[in-house]
Amino acid sequence: MNLDYSQFLMMPQELGLLAVFLLVFLYDTFMPKSTQKGLPLFATIAFGIYMILGFLPVKEGLLFGDMFQADKATWAIKNILNIGTFIVLLQAVKWANSDFVSIRRGEFYELILLTLFGMYLMISARHFLVFVIGLETASLPLATLVAFEKKYYESHEAAAKYVLTAVFSSAIMLMGLSFVYALSGGNLYFNQLACFIMGEPSLLLILALAFVIAGIGFKLSLVPFHLWTADVYQGAPTMVTSYLSVISKGSAAFAFFIILVQVFGSAYADVWQWMLYAVIIITITVGNLFAIRQRNLKRFLAFSSISQAGYIMLGVIAANAVGMASMMYYILVYIFSNLAAFGVIAVIERYTGKVTTDDYNGLFKTNPWLAFVMMLAMFSLGGIPPFAGFFSKFFIFVGAAQTGSVAIYVLVLIALINTIISLYYYLLVVKAMFIRQDECAIPKLKSHWTEATGLWICTLGIILIGLVSCIYTSLSDITASLSGVFGMI
Amino acid sequence: MTLLDSTIYVLAIPLFMFLFLGLVGTKMPRKITGVIGVLGMAVTTVLAYAIAFTYFFGDGPQNVDGVYQQLVPTNWTWLSFYADKLVVRLGVLLDPISAMMLVVICTVSFMVHLYSLGYMSDHDGNPEKGFQRYYADLALFTFSMLGLVVSTNIFQMFIFFEMVGVSSYLLIGFYYGLQPANHASKKAFIVTRLADLFFLIGILILSYYTKTFEFINIMGKNGEEVMNAFTSAQGLTFMGCSVTGWALTFIFIGGAGKSAMYPLHIWLPDAMEGPTPVSALIHAATMVVAGVFLVARMFPLYVLEQGAMDIICVVGAFTAFYAAAIACTQSDIKRALAFSTISQIAFMMTSLAVSSAQGQLIGGHEAGLGYMASMFHLFTHAMFKALLFLCAGAIIHAVHSNENSKMHGLHKYMPITSIAFLIGCLAIAGIPPFAGFFSKDEILVACYEKGLGWGLWMSMVAGMTAFYMFRIYYLIFFWKKHEVHGEHAPKDQPWTMTVPLIVLALISCVAGFVPFGDLVTWNGHAIETHMNWTVAGASVAIALVGIGLATVMYRKENPLPDKLATMFKGLWTASYKRFYMDELYQFITHKIIFQGISKPIAWFDRTIIDGFFNLLGNVTNKSSYGIRKMQSGSVQGYVSYYIIGAMLLAAITGAVILCI
Repeated sequence: MNLDYSQFLMMPQELGLLAVFLLVFLYDTFMPKSTQKGLPLFATIAFGIYMILGFLPVKEGLLFGDMFQADKATWAIKNILNIGTFIVLLQAVKWANSDFVSIRRGEFYELILLTLFGMYLMISARHFLVFVIGLETASLPLATLVAFEKKYYESHEAAAKYVLTAVFSSAIMLMGLSFVYALSGGNLYFNQLACFIMGEPSLLLILALAFVIAGIGFKLSLVPFHLWTADVYQGAPTMVTSYLSVISKGSAAFAFFIILVQVFGSAYADVWQWMLYAVIIITITVGNLFAIRQRNLKRFLAFSSISQAGYIMLGVIAANAVGMASMMYYILVYIFSNLAAFGVIAVIERYTGKVTTDDYNGLFKTNPWLAFVMMLAMFSLGGIPPFAGFFSKFFIFVGAAQTGSVAIYVLVLIALINTIISLYYYLLVVKAMFIRQDECAIPKLKSHWTEATGLWICTLGIILIGLVSCIYTSLSDITASLSGVFGMI
Repeated sequence: MTLLDSTIYVLAIPLFMFLFLGLVGTKMPRKITGVIGVLGMAVTTVLAYAIAFTYFFGDGPQNVDGVYQQLVPTNWTWLSFYADKLVVRLGVLLDPISAMMLVVICTVSFMVHLYSLGYMSDHDGNPEKGFQRYYADLALFTFSMLGLVVSTNIFQMFIFFEMVGVSSYLLIGFYYGLQPANHASKKAFIVTRLADLFFLIGILILSYYTKTFEFINIMGKNGEEVMNAFTSAQGLTFMGCSVTGWALTFIFIGGAGKSAMYPLHIWLPDAMEGPTPVSALIHAATMVVAGVFLVARMFPLYVLEQGAMDIICVVGAFTAFYAAAIACTQSDIKRALAFSTISQIAFMMTSLAVSSAQGQLIGGHEAGLGYMASMFHLFTHAMFKALLFLCAGAIIHAVHSNENSKMHGLHKYMPITSIAFLIGCLAIAGIPPFAGFFSKDEILVACYEKGLGWGLWMSMVAGMTAFYMFRIYYLIFFWKKHEVHGEHAPKDQPWTMTVPLIVLALISCVAGFVPFGDLVTWNGHAIETHMNWTVAGASVAIALVGIGLATVMYRKENPLPDKLATMFKGLWTASYKRFYMDELYQFITHKIIFQGISKPIAWFDRTIIDGFFNLLGNVTNKSSYGIRKMQSGSVQGYVSYYIIGAMLLAAITGAVILCI
């Protein structure tokens, strides 16, 4: 097969990201030491420019012998992830220049960009080989990022746990993929697999599905593949945690949707939907149950993000155009809400080192603005109208309910009850900040302008994304136009 | 882009002012905030005038062969459900009444903005707290009200209806440190919110049966479709009445709440606890006519439901009389004006309701006279009632009291205010050539067309209007010599307060000559109006009788009013106590609803519902404690759970699938 190099032009987002990476790399390597302090801001601005350019429309097509897909949905989800990554990079500027970290600040930005590139591959992959390469590119550098704060013992421990479980889950998933390979007689193209795997579900197929779900479930931290989450979130630097919790999850969720729907969708819908059904219920519930008891806010958000991943999976189980649109919308809203929460935590942690709920007592009195942003984030994560989180939950429930099956109605009901439970722990944080009093509350902080800008963007996002309806409408237009392309149900 | 397409900016500027003053304004000096607020409103007003002028007198798509069209310069789809079957849009609609309302709202709002610079500058000698908040709230209210009148569908209208409620809550409760203001704002909000609930039910019924919200842009391109959907829904009945009749009645209840129709009027007198300029803006000119506007907006549908119209007619006519009777005895100047407002708004409602009969009976060129008269009265009333309230504000500002026993004989001290107030009184009493004469005359003509009884009834109320207004006037400015307390004699106000009085007084003098019949009609066709000399003569005569009676009783201090009050003690007290409506509400809410309904529900809530949730909470808590061992911290454990989980998933699904 001759490689048509002009096809590279049809992946402008990947090329753009690589260009940003190269710029940062060159800056890091060749610029004099005195200018290195400007690297974080340089990288952020370069990425910001790329992010804006990323909104330029792309050509659609299946590239490189059906291995790589470029269409409006992949374009949209990549842009959504870009926004999240931009906020993370922006909020990290001050942290990256702090003592102990500044010596490696270049690596932080380079590795983040590289993992994002891996996620792009996961999203656009239409062949399992490309997908696995993307997955590993996105996973392994993250381990180094988790271990970034070298002087902290927790950071090392977290990285070790992350690497071990990641490798283990990769192995399991590759085993599942080898079953797929066996079943299809040696084919791993998404768009052809459906023709090769036919007939009644065999034991091999069920094992393959379970292992694939387990492998991607690891990235999404679905229960019971989630146990690494809390330890890693707690041990990793807050910036890395926030990146892990939103961007990494968003890309995995999208890839998950594509794989389940396109490869197994039409023929074995009932098999994987039942598997996912069970996983969603325990994910949402267990995530909530653990979150209730957490006092450490990073751990708390880890469990909250586990249960949020369960909600995102409602869009996957719906397996229709509305489900896909609401899943992307949910990811977008989740990015803003979670990054707002992590942003506040990062600011407070950086100045005072305090991360437990009790430390936040009386925060409103001393830092009204931070408390306000945190409150918005909690309201949005809990799904209180009129903030964006309410709309995203609403749409994802609508998407799931549109399948019309009774079992899914029950699932939506369970998810709804869990939403009520989740309100309890989200509001605990708000209560600590606004109602509880503390004489030695966190003193008045002055956040760096980059952090403040990041929080401003998140605040605007939380308030506006729900109300500005054209965002959801355009996403649903995109997915509606795609629904015929790969067999959505 | 023509000027009409830029109507959206009339809304955008107040919204921006709200955000700006609310977020940034609090950090700026008070004076500057106020001036910025006034300037913003001035720009809005000029733009609104230009748009209204272009709409009515310019050439363009709005005027086809002398018939005014409905234009929709902006229409965004906000939410769409079920593949565009149910769409909620946000947009801007221009037609004769929305263009007229733009003028009314902007004029009064601008005057109030300007007036407040003086009025709100100090509070009993101290700088007013929350001056910036006040201007931000005013801007928010103006935005909400403008959004309401340009709504393109009833859902958007409902949203802005609620926003008007919220912003009026903020403004009534401006002095939130004072107990009465707190109570009043709560009361206003709860009563109007209760009425809005009916409005929402009405909307839901209507849209459930017709599958659309687009009841406003009926002259638009989908209008015929909507009308067909409506008429086909008319065939369905519920408890003997058509579902559309129910829906429209519920919608009217929503309007009645905002427009303070009996028995939902109780919030309006209490709302006078807010600053007086706010009363002028909200409780005289704009928010209280929202109900009238709502009925006018949906007039083409109401015409088809005679039952709903009859209800409006009866409620309106009764409220007009009821409120006028109360206004005759009130001693608090603002409360008297509040009841007068209720009565006048009831005039507009009645006029709308009698209009339907004409539309059907005559069907010729005079169809819709009542509609036109109602809108005309809305326009003139807004001007002279705002004038009266602003005068009242000036007086209160000067004597620091609302009670007219503290006023008396102010004519000597406040001549400008006195003359302005007199003009307002003459206008509301219906003396030519002041504005109220023309509009009220049209209303009376419309009522006489409906039936002699309606006409006589409303004429009587018109006479009462003249009486109570001049009673107030004499009690404030004459009656006896003013006793000067302390060293400061009351005097006329600073120019920021005087200018609005003069401007509004001038408008009240000339507004009657606006050819409303040519401009504002329900279907855009001009209608011919004739001066009906019999009705006009009779109403002027009745008004003169009322004024004469008031002159005899209240011009100079004399024992006659007290004597009459003792003679008709029961009646007088009942009227003074506002016919015990508030007590009745207290009784119903506290004794019947709280005791009879709320208590059992509370019991159910505490034991059954809370019990369930406590159980849920306990179970959650216990299980959360129980499963904590899973999170051991050891990677070996994690991996074991991982592989066991994956295998279980495969095993269970496999078992289920393979066995079936």
